[in-house]
Amino acid sequence: MLKKSLKQRKSELANTQRQLDVLSNGIFQNNELPTFASTLKNINAHPLQPNTVEILQINLGYMCNQVCAHCHVDAGPDRKEIMTKATMQQCLDVLKKSEIHTLDLTGGAPEMNPNFRWFVEEAHKIGVNDFIVRSNLTIIIANKKYNDLPEFFKKHNIHVVSSMPHWTRNKTDQQRGEGVFNASIEALKKLNNVGYGTKESNLKLDLVYNPSGAFLPGDQNSLELDFKKALYDDFGIEFHQLFAITNLPISRFLDYLLASENYEDYMYTLVEAFNPKAVDNVMCKNTISVGWDGFLYDCDFNQMLNLKLKGPMVHIKDFDEELLKNRTIQIAQHCYGCTAGAGSSCQGSVV
Amino acid sequence: MSKTYYDPADLKKFTNISEWNEELGQKFFDYYGKVFEEGALSAREKSLIALAVAHVVKCPYCIDAYTKDGLQRGITKEEMMEAVHAGAAIESGATLVHGVQMMNKYNKLSM
Repeated sequence: MLKKSLKQRKSELANTQRQLDVLSNGIFQNNELPTFASTLKNINAHPLQPNTVEILQINLGYMCNQVCAHCHVDAGPDRKEIMTKATMQQCLDVLKKSEIHTLDLTGGAPEMNPNFRWFVEEAHKIGVNDFIVRSNLTIIIANKKYNDLPEFFKKHNIHVVSSMPHWTRNKTDQQRGEGVFNASIEALKKLNNVGYGTKESNLKLDLVYNPSGAFLPGDQNSLELDFKKALYDDFGIEFHQLFAITNLPISRFLDYLLASENYEDYMYTLVEAFNPKAVDNVMCKNTISVGWDGFLYDCDFNQMLNLKLKGPMVHIKDFDEELLKNRTIQIAQHCYGCTAGAGSSCQGSVV
Repeated sequence: MSKTYYDPADLKKFTNISEWNEELGQKFFDYYGKVFEEGALSAREKSLIALAVAHVVKCPYCIDAYTKDGLQRGITKEEMMEAVHAGAAIESGATLVHGVQMMNKYNKLSM
């Protein structure tokens, strides 16, 4: 099991340009597979244009208490990149003046940012329709100071979205680390106890499923039924929706694909599963991703590849909705991950 | 590089069989798709049956395809191995039940 990030291990893939090179060379350079741009051209969807921005997804930092094998952020305890209070204030200023209706906090473990609670309180005062915190669950029981997070989330009507790769211990620990399954179950029980995820509750608790290997997620609805039955029968745990998310071939998942010699087959699988209908609803059309340092990206994946927003506006301090509408979205071969099968986004399937 | 009769890359070319007989190829793939839809049996159950049969007919393409299909459906390795044993039990049973024929013949020919 991994204990360190690619950055800490001084892996060559910690260099984002190296990742982009891998994604552009080989099977895509010799035309064995079409590039994402040429696939979009075939369906007259190139260049990819955004709609109105509705979701602001903010990465509060790459620090995390876990080192998951598939992590596209390359997060871990050794990552020190953390959003400052000043940058958080700039995000709040944008929220006040924009039409954005969904705020989505992610990381790393966003709760590990020392100003996390202040930020949540301030953002809650401004008011957004849907205020998401992507919690890895284990953080809730990792340390005493996080034990009251379920009550804190409840107080601010946070929509909790949590990762859970499988309903069995083996599969979960294999992807996310030894002991993660038991800790996640304990955390889910705590969330249920304060009212999260129960049938009639308005306190939304959704789970995210990522395949633990070089394969695509199956049908989201079938997986949701299986998860619901198993978690309820085995542990009495309830949740609302399951989001099935495809692993994109970047960062630690790319490292895994290359090391296990699954890269080419996985890219074939993604390209063959390309679904033109998913292109209409990819999340980069209505989402802006804010990095820990305030720089803007079309999505969290582009952030991790350091593909900054194209155009004159690159930082949250210069946020301008009109300029955003007129940009073109930065793409590369990793984008096939969001258009495969039923499509994939931070809210799960898109078709 | 050693040459073998089976090439994993050929699985991706399966649909090419329609190029030399479009009508029959199309009928086969329509039938195949229909068989694996949700029905009286769930698609999940059919996937496990397909995995067991894949082993019995010793089709490496099918084993690859239905192992991956099972993973996508969240089927556990324990379930997959039990399915393989179910197939193997029937296959070995089919061999062993011929032992009765052997016994009959033995007895008939023996004084």
